[in-house]
Formats: sequence, C-alpha cells, structure tokens
Amino acid sequence: MTPTEFAFLARFLKERSGIVIGEDKRYLVESRLGPIARKAGFASLSELTQRLMRGGDTALAQSVIEAMTTNETFFFRDGAPFTQFSDVLLPEFAKTRAAQKRVRIWCAACSTGQEPYSLAMLLDEKAAQFPGWRFEIVATDLASEVVDRARTGLFSQFEVQRGLPIKLLLKHFTQEGDRWRIAAKLRERVQFRTLNLLRDFSPLGQFDVVFCRNVLIYFDEPTKADILGRIGKQLAPDGALLLGSAETVLGLNAAFRPHPSHRGLFVPAAAGAAPSAFRLASAVR
Amino acid sequence: MKHCLVVDDSSVIRKVARRILEGYSFKISEAENGQSALALCKQAMPDGILLDWNMPVMDGYEFLSELRSLPGGDTPKVVFCTTENDVSFITRAMRAGADEYVMKPFDKEIIGSKFAEVGLI
Repeated sequence: MTPTEFAFLARFLKERSGIVIGEDKRYLVESRLGPIARKAGFASLSELTQRLMRGGDTALAQSVIEAMTTNETFFFRDGAPFTQFSDVLLPEFAKTRAAQKRVRIWCAACSTGQEPYSLAMLLDEKAAQFPGWRFEIVATDLASEVVDRARTGLFSQFEVQRGLPIKLLLKHFTQEGDRWRIAAKLRERVQFRTLNLLRDFSPLGQFDVVFCRNVLIYFDEPTKADILGRIGKQLAPDGALLLGSAETVLGLNAAFRPHPSHRGLFVPAAAGAAPSAFRLASAVR
Repeated sequence: MKHCLVVDDSSVIRKVARRILEGYSFKISEAENGQSALALCKQAMPDGILLDWNMPVMDGYEFLSELRSLPGGDTPKVVFCTTENDVSFITRAMRAGADEYVMKPFDKEIIGSKFAEVGLI
C-alpha cells in the first residue's frame, strides 16, 4: 500500500466512522483489511483501496468500516457503571419519574449486545421495585454485522463466562448446543439499530441515561466534542451519561460535568440548579 | 495474602491455574483429588478453592458435599472448573454449594472475573 493509498484509507475511515488511524496503526489496517481484500477477490490491499477510491461500492465500503471497528465487550464490563445505574440512578428515577413510570436508556456503542443485555438482566432483578414501569433500552452500533448478532442474543461459552455470574447464566439463558441464548423476554426489552454516531441521531428521541463507553477513545477531539454536544441535546436535564473508565468530558464539551462522587458518571452541566444528580451526590456521600 | 487450593488431577491444569492465580496474588496449594484436598482443608481452610469435577479417588462433587459438612467448611468460596458444561451439571454443582462455575477451557480473564464475583479479588 503506497503512502497515498494509506492516506486515502485513513481519511475514508475518519470521514465515515470517526475512527482515527495514524501511520503507527498501519499493521492494524493490514491485518484487519487483508481478509476483506481476499474475500472480495482483490489481489492486494492496494487493489482494494483503489476500488474504494473510485467509489460506488457501498457494500465494500461498509465491510471496510466494520472490519476496522473494535467490538471488545463483555457482560457487566467494569462493574461500576452497572452499580451506578442500579444504586445511584434507579433510586433517583424512582422518585423523579414516578408519574410517567418510564425510563429510556441508550447504549450508544452496543457491539454484540452484552451491555444492553446486562442492563436488561439488572432491570429484571429490580422488577419488583418498579411495578408497571417501562424501561426502554435502545442499543446502537456502527457495525450492522455485530448488531445482527446482538439481536439473536446468542453467545459462545467463552462470552458467557466473561463477567456474567453463573446464577444469571442459569436464570436467563438456555443452552443451544455449545452456545447460550438469552431469554426472549430480555431480548424483547432491547431495540437494536445500526447507527453511525457521526450522523444525526436526534430521531432516537430523548433519553434519561446514555451509556457511551469505550467508543470516544477512537475519535479525535473535535469529533468527541461534537458527539458529546449532540448527546447532551438528547439527554433529559436530570439525566446521566456513562463513559468508559479511560474517558472523560473534561476539556471537550461544556454540556457535561463529572458527577462529584461517581467516577465515569457525568451529568448535564446545567444540572447544578435543579438536579437530582447533585441532590443525590450529597445523599450518597 | 489469600490462600487458594487448586484441586485437579491434571498437573498441567494445576500448573496453569497456579500461574493465573499467583498473578492475582494468591498463595496456592495443590491437590490431585478430592480426598487429598479434604485432608488439606482439615489442616487449614483456604479462602478459595478451584475445583475440578472428574477426578479419581474422590470427585469434585463428593468433595464439595464433604467440605460443606466440615466445621468451617462453609467459608471457602468454591469455584467449579470443569469440562462439564451442561446445564444439569452446573445446576447440580450450585445446589451442592458451589459459589461459581468455570467451563473449561478458561483464561486469566475468566478466572479473574469468577474470583471477583465471589469476592476474592
């Protein structure tokens, strides 16, 4: 692959997916796109890139983008965000949403579904405390292939052992050969959609909680700031944003500020005036 | 330093498990069957036990039943670690008093996740 071809690929990926690929990631491009090139019948990565340069092959473009996304995930990943959702946000919503009995949650980079299904299991465990409530989980990802997989709710033995307590496996999954399928009632709780965070996501509507974990790390700062700004517009004024453990809003977007007591949890900056999140902060200290 | 007993008739599995658990700062003892493991538990009850199912002399299931009837035998966190991955086996192990269950093959992350789940990491 010539420097011109690599530069084209880097620009193509940045424009289409937000993913920033520097020269130091050339090995990653070659290892991930090599199989795509072979499968599509190209003799080399150069040939594949030339085809992308000519344009018009949307299926190939999508395959390239999906191959470059990272789909690492597991059930209850990092623990703390789920504890915060369960012990900090839900008790607050029990008070602030008591009239409408409705909470909308968005998993903005759901990969193969472990994060939204973890939330669905957690909400199932809490069902007795929220009779008649509707918890809507919208789960989106850039890669249509992983979204299709997530929708099946089918996981390998390896996947169900990563982060998922055995009691929840026995309770919510059925064995199908050497794989495990999550219960239909939990699958039905999650609406999966393919969605590119670079594009307009306002049609998804307003959310009370947004999980946007371990995806902003792949973007440059202006892209992070833009996405955070638009998430802020989709979030209820007393809602909450949960980022990955290595991610922050500091220096990126004034729409959010870190929750004073809970690392990884962010609240709308305007929340200082009204806000349940800060009332809560003092309550839990 | 927490003490974990690794019970497996395969010396290779014991070696791999030892290496992983030592990486999580456990002190490790080893036993090649349930009977030897029970003798070790009578001397000093470990904090955690990584337990195989199929072993000669005394299998993991029988060991677990015996362990839980010993004075102090309800304290160790027991993580079954076996090639038996059928729901009926898992259910039986949990009913016998296991705290977690690992289906072989496993890796460091899975072992870490299970020991964290039972509160030992």
